[in-house]
Formats: sequence, structure tokens, C-alpha cells
Amino acid sequence: MPTVTNRINDFTIKIATVNGTGSASANTLLMKSIFRSGIPVMGKNYFPSNIQGLPTWYEIRVSREGHLARSGAIDLMVAMNAETYSRDVKEVSSGGYLVYDSTWPRPVLLGRSDITVLGAPLARMCNEAFNGVRTRILMKNICYAGILAALLDLDLERIRELLAETYAKKPQLVESNMKAIGLGYDYARQNFSCPLPLKIEKMDRTGGHIMIDGNTAAALGCLFAGATVAAWYPITPSTSLMDAFKGFCDRNRIDPRTGAKRFAFIQAEDELAAIGMVIGASWNGCRSFTATSGPGISLMNEFLGLAYYAEVPAVIFDIQRVGPSTGMPTRTQQCDVMACAYASHGDTRHICLYPANPEECFYMAGQAFDLAERLQTPVMVLSDLDVGMNDWMCRELKWDDAYRPDRGKVLDKAQIEKLEKFHRFLDKDGDGIPYRTLPGVHPKGAYFARGSGHSQYGAYTEDSAEYQIVLDRLVKKWATAKKLVPRAVIDATGGSDIGIVSLGSCDSAIREAMAILKARGVGVNYMRVRSFPFSEDVERFLAAHRLLFVVEQNRDAQFRALLTLETAVEKSKLRSLLHYSGLSISSSFIVEGILAEGEVRPETMPGPGALPPRAASGTV
Amino acid sequence: MTFIAKPKVVHPSLPRNALGLIRRDYEGALSTLCAGCGHDSITAAIVEACWRQSLEPQNVVKLSGIGCSSKTTAYFVSGGHGFNSVHGRMPSIATGANAANRRLTYIGVSGDGDTLSIGLGQFCHAIRRNLDMLYIIENNGVYGLTKGQFSASADVGTKAKKGETNFQPPIDPVLLAMTLGASFVARSFSGDKQQLVPLIEAGLRHRGFALLDVLSPCVTFNDHEGSTKSYAYTREHYEPAVQADFVPPEREITAEYGPGEALAVTMHDGSRIMLRKLDAAYDPTDRGAAQARVQERLKSGEFLTGLLYVDPDGGVEGGRQEFHQVNGTPEEPLNSLPYDTLSPGSNGLAKILARYR
Ligand SMILES: Cc1ncc(C[n+]2csc(CCOP(=O)(O)OP(=O)(O)O)c2C)c(N)n1
Ligand code: SF4
Ligand SMILES: [Mg+2]
Repeated sequence: MPTVTNRINDFTIKIATVNGTGSASANTLLMKSIFRSGIPVMGKNYFPSNIQGLPTWYEIRVSREGHLARSGAIDLMVAMNAETYSRDVKEVSSGGYLVYDSTWPRPVLLGRSDITVLGAPLARMCNEAFNGVRTRILMKNICYAGILAALLDLDLERIRELLAETYAKKPQLVESNMKAIGLGYDYARQNFSCPLPLKIEKMDRTGGHIMIDGNTAAALGCLFAGATVAAWYPITPSTSLMDAFKGFCDRNRIDPRTGAKRFAFIQAEDELAAIGMVIGASWNGCRSFTATSGPGISLMNEFLGLAYYAEVPAVIFDIQRVGPSTGMPTRTQQCDVMACAYASHGDTRHICLYPANPEECFYMAGQAFDLAERLQTPVMVLSDLDVGMNDWMCRELKWDDAYRPDRGKVLDKAQIEKLEKFHRFLDKDGDGIPYRTLPGVHPKGAYFARGSGHSQYGAYTEDSAEYQIVLDRLVKKWATAKKLVPRAVIDATGGSDIGIVSLGSCDSAIREAMAILKARGVGVNYMRVRSFPFSEDVERFLAAHRLLFVVEQNRDAQFRALLTLETAVEKSKLRSLLHYSGLSISSSFIVEGILAEGEVRPETMPGPGALPPRAASGTV
Repeated sequence: MTFIAKPKVVHPSLPRNALGLIRRDYEGALSTLCAGCGHDSITAAIVEACWRQSLEPQNVVKLSGIGCSSKTTAYFVSGGHGFNSVHGRMPSIATGANAANRRLTYIGVSGDGDTLSIGLGQFCHAIRRNLDMLYIIENNGVYGLTKGQFSASADVGTKAKKGETNFQPPIDPVLLAMTLGASFVARSFSGDKQQLVPLIEAGLRHRGFALLDVLSPCVTFNDHEGSTKSYAYTREHYEPAVQADFVPPEREITAEYGPGEALAVTMHDGSRIMLRKLDAAYDPTDRGAAQARVQERLKSGEFLTGLLYVDPDGGVEGGRQEFHQVNGTPEEPLNSLPYDTLSPGSNGLAKILARYR
């Protein structure tokens, strides 16, 4: 039987359970204790659109090199759900391991001779040790964490420390959880040869880092950006962003003297109302936002066009999920690229930001408000389920106390007083951005916001010339936006005329793929676009490369289409690598996709040429 | 080229309100509606009510959807900001705007199509939230702006201009608002300024959601023989049940009312509404009874008008909580909170992040 050697701090565990059985706490515990051991780690949750009783998986990748995407291979499977045994066993890489609950014999798991199957009677042990049906089920899940602790050589003290933090208010739970951990741990030590070659050894690579999901980070960004009105309608996977915002506000936005809440959190009747509320609040001088997913974006279209044309700021987080229609609500995609860029009828274009990880969700939230208010237009932050709901290791978030919100060109009372007459849509500064006023400030500042035709002076119009002046100025404003949006991140260390172009959550898989390709003698450059409109460096990168792989997570190559529409790039240079299974994109998918392209075979590349047997960090 | 602004010539004898403003200061752009349109009379009544109430023009916020009725927000109080939003969605704009600044006076103007067809959902939810605003429906039974199709308020048996009869039952905004728990529900007629102006005044003073449904004939598409929303039909079938007079806090209730003739309802700011029952069987403070009576009269084709239901607590103390009370927001508007009271700063961030390390 082949065995895996030297996989210290470099492997992937997958845990198959049933949702609603408390496995989430066991999984977080495992992941966090690896993180606290100083080793880069990633946690991804594949859950069903259901509350209880359907299969769910959690993937933990341990990577001493810091690769935080899916590798595409599973080295250790914890099969806790009999219903998915047959597919779970198939997924384990040759030479890998499978742990299961051997309370009941499972011949289906024993068909593979190239993996090691480890059975532990989890249910039996927990039934003997604990009372109550619910407790037994929960403890069975904690118990597998104990098995893994022994197999991977995790520090039990670290586990206790994490439990103590989690249950600071219920110390008796620390003891019962530790008891379950101990059951699994001792059983494994007595019956298996612990630790496995896949194991944890303390490192020092997580200092200055945190483990956080993108929705929590985006909510924090909104808190720090000074957002005061949040309106939404529940939809997976955006709900946790709003929940987190409310939680942060409840703890950080209460007037200590009066107990008043310095925020309004409104659960709207639908997404039409949610975006309407955001527009109303922004028009009236608050920083306001909503979070939604594809179906909500579809509903918001008419209002987005209004905000574009009436020039009202708004911030919208689109946590993308699998479409079309209801699609697969708990799976990830980047399938709203087009729907957001040109949302609503008529000539409209919207600023989009594409965060790649929680750290960017945090900073881009702040940028989104600054851009929306500076440019008086909606800004959409296109995150996705993978970034939004999974735990990512990222650099500790920092806040600059010198930051002051850019509220844009809002005239105050004294400024209005000095005006002969206020004209809402006049381009006084030549940058396409007019001045605005807020209600209740000065009667001379009053104007009529409308989505119907208007002149630059703010009056209703059906006159072609007057209408066109405003429409053309909006194009000028778009050109100004191009200079203000975040630039692309470019890595030209591949030293090649082949490039990868991508956006958002493909990033970590691409960076790992580049390392694997480089080890195989294939150098590629990489540009990660972070905004629409495309900053000027995008055009330059596209022009400078002979062949470009556009990596994105949707079927129809929406991002590639946007590039061809909005830049001068030759279509024939762009090859699509499209990942749209609903699972997070893996590095192996990208490596295989690039190598499949005849023009980039290592033999045709300068440099080493021959394929090394296996990439240093990987599992291709 | 230099400009000399022409001074407005104001006759010194024109009456001025407490702010020293004349009625003209509450007017807006010139109406572009059809001559004789009911909506224009409502605009005039709003101008009168705002003037009488001495509202600071810049503190008036005018919100609307789409339709002939929704255009009228441009025709009054030009010193106040206006937002002519999208069809049927004014309530959500109003909700956001009100959340941002609770100190301003929000007047929403909508049509029966805008409110009862495309916008029915948002209308209901604004009532549920008890948003502090005056919501006026200019109700003509048709979509005026799209040339006369039946709206959801068209009565059974009413005839369209082209002869078609409506067989679907109407949605009555007054009954709906009563059912949903609105704390101020009134109906009037664009042709009855005497009744309409004090109702607008009372609605402006009411804290919480005030609904005013105004029958407002469309002279172009729904004023013919056979229509139940024509001037002639409305005059014949509208039945004032309760006359509401607005009495500002500083004025005493005196002479005009004989003992037992009127019921004084005190608003949150100390002003009062004097309710005079014109229909002895009607009790505007009993939601259930009022609802039953409105419905009963509707069945016989009569529209009861006046202040049909009012929560004597003004929808506030002890009564239904207004939007900001529910949300526990501060007295000062959210849009004026200084940034340093909103951000926990770098030290705050470090503390928050402890659990993510
Ligand atoms: C989404 C959308 N659908 C349709 C229209 C066309 N439209 C404009 S006004 C209107 C009806 C207005 O009726 P109502 O609210 O009763 O106002 P009225 O003109 O009768 O005062 C319609 C259907 C629109 N503007 N937007
Ligand atoms: S069409 Fe009817 S509602 Fe519209 S302006 Fe003319 S009369 Fe008024
Ligand atoms: Mg109408």
C-alpha cells in the first residue's frame, strides 16, 4: 500500500457530516488549533440549502507554504455521514486515510486497498459516556476532533484553551467537551499508530494574522466607515454580513449616556424596498448600505438605474452564489459580473469592486462608501460565498485613526447661502461630478431629485440637447471614477508573455497554480482586476501579453466579455478557464487548464522543461 | 453679462404666517396637469395647510412615485427638497430618508395606481413600520398618466371612458390602513377644501403614519357618466362623517363648539384636533366600529369622509410605537452624528479582533 511521506503541515482534511449536528464547532476547533500552532490553514464549508439533516462537508487545508485555496485533493477523510460514504471514500487521494465511526460495520468503506481506513466506535463511546440524545450526537462530533488531535499530533492544551474562550460563560461545557476529546484521543493513541505522516508541527507563520470570514470583515468595514443605515432582506450567503453588522453596532454604537442606537437596522419587505431605503437614506446624508445576492440584485435593478441617473450614493454588497434563478443558494460562483456592471435599463454603468479575501472586504467596504459619496453613484462590492462565508487567514486588519470619510461634494449651509442659485447637475469643476445639497439645510439648496429627464440645472426636461448634456457628463464622471477606483494587482515575476487575468476569490488558487507551474518550468504573469471601471493599468497589462488566461467562476465567461467590451484587447488572445461547479476553485483546476493549452506546454517554454515528478507544495 | 434678480413684488397686506411667510412662499413650479384635474386642488390645499402650519420650507421633504399625482410634489413648497422616485416605491425612499433625519416633515404624494397596484406591498409595510409621515393618495380610480386604464381602486360596475365595465372589487386604502393598524386614517375629496385643509394640517402634526385618501377626479379619463370617481358622482356619494378642525397649541378651544358637540384629540406637540361628528353613529376613536361603519357605507356606495380613525395617543405614548422609537435611534438625526461617535478607532478594532486571532 502506498503511504504518504513527509506531509508535515501540508495536507487536506475533509469532514463529512450531517448539518444541524453541531459539527461546525468541532471543525472550527480543529482549524483554529492548527492556526494557533502557527501553521497557515484554510477552512471551507460545503453546506446544503437546508436547516437540518442533509449532508455537509468541511475542508481544512493545512499549508506550510501558505496556499489557502483548495488543492483539489483530499488526504484525510473523516466520514461521519453513512449516506455519503460511497462518494466520500472515492474522493480520498491514493495513499490517504479515512476515519469513520465503526460502531456499525461498513463494508462500503473497505473496498479501496490504496488507502488506510481507521475505524473508531465513536457513537458507542459517546453513548456510554454521555446522557441525552442531543448531547450524544453533539459529543460524537467533538469526539472525532479528539481522534484527529491524536492522529495529527495536535496540542491538547491548545484545544482546551480554545474551548475555554468559546465557553467562557459556561465552564461546565469546557469539561464535557474535553471529556469527548479525551475519548477520541485515547482511543486513537491505543489503536492507531499515532501520529500519521500527515501531521502538525508547530511553526511560526501565523503571527500578525487572523482567521475571519469576508462577511464579518465587510461588516466591520461598514462599522468603521461610519455607515448608519442598513436595510436588507435575508438571503444566503449575504445574511451573515448583516447579522455581523448588527452585532458590531449593538456592541459599539450605543450612546453610553442615553442608550440610544447610533444606527438604524431595517429588515425590509423585499430587496426593492431594501435598496429604496438605502437610496432614501443616502440622499438624506447617511452612509447607507445593503447586502444581498443574485436574486436580490435582479430585483434592485430599477432602483439602481434611478440612483445612477439621479446621482445618489449607495453601497451594495453582492455576495454571489450559484445562479441562474434560485440556483444553488449555498454554493459559490462569480456569476453576477455582468448583471452588476450594467444593472438596470438604459445606459447605465456601475462601479464594481472585487475583493479577493476578507482583508479586502474590510478595506473595500470603506472605499465603497468613499467612492459612492465622492462620485454620487451606486458602488457594488462583488464578494461571493467562498470569500464571504468561509474562514480565511489574513493579515490582521488595521485602522488608520486619521481616516475621515470622504463625503464628497456636499454643500453646507454657509456655502449655499453664498450662492446666487443652486444648480444640482452642473459640472462646475470639469470632473463630471456636480454638487449636491441635503434636505433641511437651506431653502436655496432645495432641488428635485428625479429619474425622469432633467437638465443640468435640475429641471424636468424633454429637450434632447438638455437631456444629452447630463448624459454626456455622466460619461465624464465615469472617466473620473477610473482614476479613483482601486488599481489592479499585477505580478510580473513570471517573466513571460503569457498572463493570467482574474478577479476576486480566484486569487489564492491562481497564486498557488503559478507556484506549481513555475516549478514545472512554466512562468506566467498575473493581473488581478479589482474594480470596474478598469483602471488604466488593466489596458496596459492586456496589451503587453501574447496569450491571456481569463480565470473566473461562471459558465459564460462574463468577466472576459466585460474585458472585451470595455478595453481594446483582441478577443483571440483571451482563453477562458471557467469554473462553475459551485465549489471553490482549486489550484489544480487552473494548472490543468493552463497546461492543456498547447502553446504553454513546458517543452515550448524557456527554462527547465522537464516535469518534476511532483510539485513541491502540491497535489496536482 | 450680469444679472439683477428681480425682487418679488409682495403686497404688504397679504397675510403672513408665524414665520412671516405668505402663501406664495409655499407654492412650487407651475402645474402641467390637465385643467380641472383634481390633483391640482389637492396641491392648493397642501400649500394652504403648510402655510397655516408655518412649516420651514427647507424642512419639508416631498416624496412621490410615478403618475400624474406623483408629479405634483414639484408644484408645492419649492423651498423643500423633493424626490420623485420610481413607480410604487416611494415608501421605501421615505423610510430611508426618515431614518436618516427624523427632524424633517415628510409628505408623500402618490396615486391609486402607484399605491394600490404596483406599490401595494411597500404601502402596507410603511404602515406596519408606523413611519412618521403624511401619505396622501390622490385617488382617481385610473392610471391617469398611462391614459385611463382601471386601477386597483376602481369600483365594481364603474365604466371606463371607452365603455368597458370593471368587475373586480376595489382595494380600499382606508379599510386597508385601518386593518394594518394605522394610527391616523382620513378620507376627503379634492373638491372640498374646507374639509381637506384641516385634515392635511392634522396629518402633518400627527406623529406616526397618517394616511389621507383624497378622491380626486381625473377630468380627462374618468369624469364621464357611468364613472364612480367623477366629480358629479363623488359629490353625490361622499358623506362627511367627522369634521376635523385643527387647533394649534397656543389657541384656546372656545365658542365654536357647544358642550358635548366635539371631541378634542391632543397631538404629541400639544395641538388638538376637534372632531365633530356629523354622523351620530360614527366613532372615530374606535377602530373596530369605525372600520365596520366605513365598510357598511361603502357597500351602499357611499364614501364616508373626514378623520375616520385616530388613535387618541397620536400613535405614540402607550399607543403604537413610531419607527424611530422601535429602532431606539437618538434624538439627533443619524445624518448629523459626528464620525468619531461612529467608529471604534484602531484601539476598538484591536479589541474586536481578539476573537479572530
Ligand atoms: C415600472 C413601471 N411600470 C409602468 C410605468 C408606467 N406608469 C406610469 S404612471 C402609471 C400609473 C399611474 O397611476 P396612478 O398612480 O393612479 O397616478 P395618476 O396618473 O392616476 O395620478 C404607470 C402604469 C412606470 N412608470 N414604471
Ligand atoms: S390625465 Fe387625469 S390625472 Fe392626469 S393630469 Fe389629466 S386629469 Fe389629472
Ligand atoms: Mg390614479
